[in-house]
Amino acid sequence: MPQTSAKPAYNRESSESSATGAMETVLKPPVPSGSHQTVLEAPLRMHIRNLDFYYGKLHALHSINLQIAANGVTALIGPSGCGKSTLIRTFNRMHETVKGTRLEGEILLDGEDIFTQDVTRLRRRVGMVFQRPNPFPKSIFENVAYGLRINGLPAARHGRLSDAVEHSLQRAALWDEVKDQLHKSAYALSGGQQQRLCIARALAVDPEMLLLDEPCSALDPVNTAKIEELLFHLKQNCTLVIVTHNMQQAARVSDATAFLLNGELIEFRPTPQLFTTPSDPRTEAYITGRFG
Amino acid sequence: MTLRLFWRKSVNALMLSLTGLCALVAVSVLFFILGYLVYHGGRDVNWDFFTKLPKPVGETGGGMANAIVGSGKLLLLAALFGIPVGLLGGIYLAEFGGRAVPFVVRYTADLLNGVPSIVIGIFAYAVMVLPVHHFSTLAGGFALGVMMIPIVLRSTEQFLYAVPRSMREGAMALGASKWRTISSVVLPAASRGILTAALLALARVAGETAPLLFTAFGNRFWSPGWSQPIASLPVMIFTYAVGPYEDWHEQAWAAGLVLLGLVLITNIVVRSVLSRGASPHRS
Amino acid sequence: MATANTTANAAGLPWRPRALIRRARSGDEIARLITLAFALVVVLLAVLLVEQLWINSAESRRHFGLAFLWSRTWDPVFNQFGALPFVYGTLVTSALGLLIAVPLGLGAAIFLAELAPRRLSDSLTFLIDLLAAVPSVIYGLLGVFILVPLMRTPIQPALKRTLGFTALFQGPAYGIGLLTAGLVLAVMIVPFIISVSREVLLAVPSDQREAALALGATRWEATWKAVVPYARTGIMGSIFLALARALGETMAVTMVIGNNPRISASLFSPGYSIAAVLANEFSEATGNLYLSALIELGLVLFLLTFVLNGLARLLILLTTSRGSTVHT
Repeated sequence: MPQTSAKPAYNRESSESSATGAMETVLKPPVPSGSHQTVLEAPLRMHIRNLDFYYGKLHALHSINLQIAANGVTALIGPSGCGKSTLIRTFNRMHETVKGTRLEGEILLDGEDIFTQDVTRLRRRVGMVFQRPNPFPKSIFENVAYGLRINGLPAARHGRLSDAVEHSLQRAALWDEVKDQLHKSAYALSGGQQQRLCIARALAVDPEMLLLDEPCSALDPVNTAKIEELLFHLKQNCTLVIVTHNMQQAARVSDATAFLLNGELIEFRPTPQLFTTPSDPRTEAYITGRFG
Repeated sequence: MTLRLFWRKSVNALMLSLTGLCALVAVSVLFFILGYLVYHGGRDVNWDFFTKLPKPVGETGGGMANAIVGSGKLLLLAALFGIPVGLLGGIYLAEFGGRAVPFVVRYTADLLNGVPSIVIGIFAYAVMVLPVHHFSTLAGGFALGVMMIPIVLRSTEQFLYAVPRSMREGAMALGASKWRTISSVVLPAASRGILTAALLALARVAGETAPLLFTAFGNRFWSPGWSQPIASLPVMIFTYAVGPYEDWHEQAWAAGLVLLGLVLITNIVVRSVLSRGASPHRS
Repeated sequence: MATANTTANAAGLPWRPRALIRRARSGDEIARLITLAFALVVVLLAVLLVEQLWINSAESRRHFGLAFLWSRTWDPVFNQFGALPFVYGTLVTSALGLLIAVPLGLGAAIFLAELAPRRLSDSLTFLIDLLAAVPSVIYGLLGVFILVPLMRTPIQPALKRTLGFTALFQGPAYGIGLLTAGLVLAVMIVPFIISVSREVLLAVPSDQREAALALGATRWEATWKAVVPYARTGIMGSIFLALARALGETMAVTMVIGNNPRISASLFSPGYSIAAVLANEFSEATGNLYLSALIELGLVLFLLTFVLNGLARLLILLTTSRGSTVHT
């Protein structure tokens, strides 16, 4: 199974052939173990291998095998309760904040097992944006600066702190709207602005990967569009994984999509393929709206 | 309208009035108390009251400066002892605890809360006075501190619980360790509630007399340092009220007015801040 | 490498102890230990309290045995001590206080929880919470200078004239005594009964009241026949809590009860309560037996309130496990 191109090009505009060729060799589940070796040469950021997850006795995720490619958007879709939120929360070990959870299998970030690293270091590298905006009861400035301050990053001397905060707010397309009110409470912002603030806050520590767990589900269409546009720009230098129950959003925004059902990974293909020619009948049933 | 319905409606109206009357009677006691204190004590609350020491027994005049300062010192000790124990213990219960330890801690806190204040006084006596054979400010502060602990503990726990999980997750997802999350996000969010609870606890022990009777005991002079007996406002009120001198009685009224004034003002301010600020951060 | 299948749990085992070490290094473990230590201080204090009460009453317990509890003599001069007069005084004044305070408090609580419009209820509750914050010694002040003269001149003689045929209202009307102490206690525990009962009533699910109203009941009928019975256990609990408070009430009672360790059927007679004798005689007690006897009284009081509080919380728990949470 040859590696035809070193870099799978994850632009929607590019033609299918070379990209999908490389993708398909890697992404057809179940993948025999040997091919993992060859795949590591490709810029795949995160590997999830044979992941099983339990809430107490409940077996929530079954033997998930997935690869997240660098600098692109990977979407996780599926009906409610399929395990997509559970899955994404393992990527930065947030599942550990809940008692009674158990995980088996491997998750590698750039080849390193995430469970052998310091978890706080991991979470700086892999950031998260939640379903409901959850800014801290602090000023806008302090919200964005929070991650920098606690991680003691070099920017945390004040002058450079302001620059870093401004940079993050610009990346989150919020700077123009808040630049004159940085010291106002974050709660004075609208829902959509708060969510962009949370994105800015996550970006401030310069993560390599950003996980977004249904980031737009609490927002109106206008704000949703703003955030989707944001993601398009962000993916240039950040790996994004997004959970969404909105299929149209997944189709608009992502480069690769994984469909989960009842804790199993049914299909994982480049987005255009999954939505036009799904290979599994369950996927087809879901995307045509027959259930979920 | 049938007779029966008329009867039922009359009973309804009657009970509404009766229960309303009960509520009115209960509330009017408050105004009654305030009224009497202002009437009897208002005349004697003057500059002397706040600045002079008590005169020797039998002489008229003098003030309660030492008792006011004494209460201040005792409250300071109580706060220094009671607030850290209550606060940190409450943090343990809300943030770290498992099943067994928090259950035991909560149970004993409730137990301590229900102990009559005079028994707390005996406890403080046994632990702080008996070994050294003299009354002291420290003993009094200890007794009051012990009374503050359960209140601060339970309130801290409740206000910490009230901080939404999403806020903690936000901090942890940025790479904050558990303690960092608590100290930089959770505690600040709960701080208003915890502060008001601490102030209310302080106002409550400020009026306590019984635990001081044989710990701090009392003093007709200034009490330098921390290991001598010390005067306090509530104990002075008690001593003067049951004493034989008319002048003492008047001073007791004045002291009562000052004490009640302080306690009520603290309660009013703190409670209205708490209820007004109940949801300062809803978007 | 990749026999990556689940059984060996290759990713599972190694990271747990390492995570523990990392936690310690990052300060979490230290924080946990420190806060645990402070939480345990609370337990330590409670244990120490019981221990000290027990140890320091040992001499008296050894000397008098269980007979202490029903012995009537309290004579420091001849070192004869017995708890009965104080237990009697404590129980009588508390019972009297409850007798007056419970109907009044419950009525007010029902009004505030069920019948009054919201704004009125909220402001009145605020005022009643303030009343609960008034220090005991202030009540004592008013008791001594307002209530006692009132009892001495118009009230007690009037009672004597009307109800003097009963043993309860005989004897000279000093003004101070068991009746006055009971009245003062009543005034003091009313706010407490109101606030706890009100919370218990508010915790009753609204569908109870709505079901009754939908059947055509008047407001009062819905309250009295549907809501209050549902909250019955919790209200019992609040009464127990109030009783426990009354038992331990010191200052106001001390100032009006008369400080005389005798047992008399008449409510006009002076009496003594456990808390009052402790307040008056503790600092002057000479001799180890005297002090030990006083501490044994303290132990008795502690046990009484401990049992009552325990029962009360059990009762309130039983109600609220059916409803929402109640803060006492």
